Amino acid sequence: MNAKVHYPTLPGNWWLKRPSYLRYMLRELTCIAIGAFAILLVFALLRLGQGAEAWQAFRAALATPLAIAWQLVALVFALYHSVTWFALAPRTMLLQIGTRRVPAGWIAGAHYLSWVVLSAIVLVLSGA
Amino acid sequence: MNAVSQASPSAGQGARIVTIDVLRYRPEQESTPSWQSYAVPCCEEWTVLDALNHIKDHLDGSLSYRWSCHMAVCGSCGMMVNGNPTLSCKAFMRDLPDRISIAPLANLGVIRDLVVQQNRLLDGLLAVKSWLIPRELPPRDDQYRQTPAQLAKYRPLTMCINCMLCYAACPQVALNEGYVGPAALALAQRYNLDSRDGGALERMQTTASDDGVWECTFIGECSEVCPKHVDPAGAIQQMKLASSLQWLAQRAPGGSSS
Repeated sequence: MNAKVHYPTLPGNWWLKRPSYLRYMLRELTCIAIGAFAILLVFALLRLGQGAEAWQAFRAALATPLAIAWQLVALVFALYHSVTWFALAPRTMLLQIGTRRVPAGWIAGAHYLSWVVLSAIVLVLSGA
Repeated sequence: MNAVSQASPSAGQGARIVTIDVLRYRPEQESTPSWQSYAVPCCEEWTVLDALNHIKDHLDGSLSYRWSCHMAVCGSCGMMVNGNPTLSCKAFMRDLPDRISIAPLANLGVIRDLVVQQNRLLDGLLAVKSWLIPRELPPRDDQYRQTPAQLAKYRPLTMCINCMLCYAACPQVALNEGYVGPAALALAQRYNLDSRDGGALERMQTTASDDGVWECTFIGECSEVCPKHVDPAGAIQQMKLASSLQWLAQRAPGGSSS
């Protein structure tokens, strides 16, 4: 290796250098909220198993202003997470009809459709 | 007129003076790169490469950079224009402000001025065996046959011109010296998807290793900057899927444990 070659170093704030890097970092950050909400759901099951009193106490804790604010933040993060990943999904799926690749909109659309259908099923099951 | 003036036409009347800041590196006289400004009278029809040629021919012959075809085919003239990985022959002065910066492609070793090391890509191509590993011997008439649909599957990936803009756009290239990199991985997938090829498992030795596709975090900038719309990021995610399925297949009942 030539000793006189200059090797640049990547600054620690590289993710602030381009808007796309920042959007990527935000997308990655959303998984923390998603993970935390998944843990909350598991905890909800635990409380449900402990009987009606424990369940009501859990529900009351969720209804405090702080808890509602957190759930709203988690909702925004979940939406950003879903939308960004649905947008990327067509590039991961190599589907072809004849000599043409299936349009990205179809694949992303199928994801949104599944989202709506699954949400509707959950709503029906929960008696909403 | 001689060849030099053909290569860099004089801007003539009505030229706009553009200040071009070039990040220079002359290893015989400096240990780190430094900026140098040039006032260049530019035609609006010029590309950034034309402006560089003007500097080289009329202002400062010591400026070093690579170029060849001037038509976005050879992939030689990649550099950072205003911080964006760009083919300088494809960036028109009319789209740029009165002051621009030009630096060598990011994340790569700088040999001199705008000339960067290419070994990252070249070593990567070797590591992933970016060539046809025949699935079987050719038929008796000595030709491999392929349907238009089979060709369409990998054809977009063949458009790569090895310009390395994707390496300059990818922070993972800088963060992990061993990472094979977007273009080499895309060209591995180009052969994986080829109906004549049987080398996907062999390539996984590298592509599914710690320096392969799993280093990619799908930032996606490699595909954004690609002048040939190759979409290395998409190809890498497809290989992650193939690598995962292979991992599962090895552990499934009756699967090979090798």
